[in-house]
Amino acid sequence: MFELDRENTDASEMRMAVVSAIQDLMKINDKVIALEADLGSASGWAKIKKSNPDRFINVGIAEANMVGVAAGLSLIGFIPFIHSFAPFVSRRVFDQIFISGAYSQNTINIYASDPGFTVAANGGTHTTFEDIALYRTIPDALICDAADFVQMRWIIKNFADLKGIHFVRANRKPIANIYKEGSEFEFGKGNILKKGHDILLIAAGQLVSDALNAAESLEKKGISVEVIDMFCIKPLDKDLILKEIKDKRAIISFENHSIIGGLGSAIAEVLAENACGIPLKRIGVNDRFGQVGTADFLQKEFGLTQSVVVDFALSLQN
Amino acid sequence: MADIAGLARNNSADAVMMTNGNEEDEIIMNEKEIKKLKLLSAKIRLDVLKCIKKCGYGHLGGSLSIVELLSVLYGKQLRYDAKNPQWKERDFVILSKGHAGPALYSALANVGFFGKDWLLTLNENGTKLPSHLDRVKTPGVDMTAGSLGQGASIAAGIAAGFKLKKNAQFVYLIAGDGELNEGQCWEAFQFIAHNKLNNCIAFIDENKKQLDGWTKDVINPYDIEKKMQAFGFFTKKVKADDESAIDEAIEKCKSVKDSAVCIILDSIKGQGIKYFEDMMDNHSVKFNTAENIKAADDAIEELSALITRLE
Ligand SMILES: Cc1ncc(C[n+]2csc(CCOP(=O)(O)OP(=O)(O)O)c2C)c(N)n1
Repeated sequence: MFELDRENTDASEMRMAVVSAIQDLMKINDKVIALEADLGSASGWAKIKKSNPDRFINVGIAEANMVGVAAGLSLIGFIPFIHSFAPFVSRRVFDQIFISGAYSQNTINIYASDPGFTVAANGGTHTTFEDIALYRTIPDALICDAADFVQMRWIIKNFADLKGIHFVRANRKPIANIYKEGSEFEFGKGNILKKGHDILLIAAGQLVSDALNAAESLEKKGISVEVIDMFCIKPLDKDLILKEIKDKRAIISFENHSIIGGLGSAIAEVLAENACGIPLKRIGVNDRFGQVGTADFLQKEFGLTQSVVVDFALSLQN
Repeated sequence: MADIAGLARNNSADAVMMTNGNEEDEIIMNEKEIKKLKLLSAKIRLDVLKCIKKCGYGHLGGSLSIVELLSVLYGKQLRYDAKNPQWKERDFVILSKGHAGPALYSALANVGFFGKDWLLTLNENGTKLPSHLDRVKTPGVDMTAGSLGQGASIAAGIAAGFKLKKNAQFVYLIAGDGELNEGQCWEAFQFIAHNKLNNCIAFIDENKKQLDGWTKDVINPYDIEKKMQAFGFFTKKVKADDESAIDEAIEKCKSVKDSAVCIILDSIKGQGIKYFEDMMDNHSVKFNTAENIKAADDAIEELSALITRLE
């Protein structure tokens, strides 16, 4: 079970959620091994090298090789965790993940950092608005977009108990706190963070916090919004969606990703196949490439702010 | 205390004699030319520093290590028209280690592709100069780069295309030594060597560091020159802060008729500014400490003085 703790503002870096969770795992499981591709000082995984030198491998700037090495380690019983910036563990290594990993039934746990607008200074070449779309096409892949530090730690720790391809994306930097320390989640289950009766707002990742803010400001304007944190995009919690849309006037999906192939698409598939007849607005990146800028600027530029959600919800009233 | 490390190196007449043969006229002309290139190097280096300092952070180490190379290319070897960046008959530059954008931007600004005021907009919201190269945004940038390992193949395609069209143009590829970890580089080298694409001059910036530290500690490259030779390349290895040696190596490569060619730049990450050369983690430098800011200011002062002297 989870509890909310949004008052806690001393958020830590998301990358440290990953680092500390992997270090914790390594204390109890000598099969856990971390692989980096020359970004150890960017991901903080250099700390794992320090704490667990014999369970850390830097493969250099060779992401495809990293995935292959991870698959080999998995074949003989290790539990590999790999990191790179989101584009380099998605687009760049898709066939290796697909064949050496998924199709061969190997286990690879993936931390894709700085997805979407959180790319900031690294700009267009490093922007990924399509990583979830790609991974969704891999049979049985588990895909998460972490909403906060507590959830990220839970995700990493629980990946270690599973077999297969497990992908989680998140900013490296601190993001707003949502959950109380010790909260528990379930893969394949969405979390209702706020009840409401007019609109169902389904968000994932860093935007969950913005979704809650949007819901609060809409509440003041007389619109009741229910907010779900759909941190697990695959498998998607269809039952929850079909249950919670009852009597809602509209559904909004809200993601730091392309509206093609991500959370919004996944929800659209559920709604269409169940002939729901309730309008869905996908708020996400509208078929565009990335660019350089501050994260705040890019969030605005790509229409991913809470005010976009608010404006859309208000427009429904007219 | 910052110090212009390259300054004292190789500006003696001896060095010129050694590297440029012994015909008297040629030496005099070359000395003038070399001075011109040294001036351009100093200007590029100064602008790299100003550009990254203004931004507050940036890939300083790997930008500084290719300053002299860019000076030789844009000051002498390349065919280009700054007023017509898309000129079809130009030589192409593929800076595959696209994070060294500030170096290329500074070179381009110094030879007139755009105003130097642009350099102070690095990474700003809506900028034309992103940290990683973008051919769609920046005049004079021939290819987008930033996802390491892709440039060698692009250069190969351009070189192969020039051959098909029977064009006498060159393509200059600049790859990082860390970047060579990427297997795609070696796929491209196979192709370039097999097809004897001697119109592709491949530079490897061997500054011996990558992001996580020394290349030999991350993934040992062993002897890069021998590797390239084994792949079928004619090779030259030169000091990366020596304009005349770089120039001479390019001339030599241009005379090679029957094989692929590669120049290995024996460089220093942070090259030309002692403080940044000595800094261990100099891949991406942040200008958020008094010490770093002072070092940059000192170097800016010294480089400005050097420029005045050379002008
Ligand atoms: C495919 C890919 N993986 C990782 C990175 C992140 N990255 C940027 S620069 C760099 C190190 C580059 O080292 P090197 O090629 O030696 O460049 P230099 O030292 O000259 O700056 C890394 C790992 C990237 N840009 N692209």
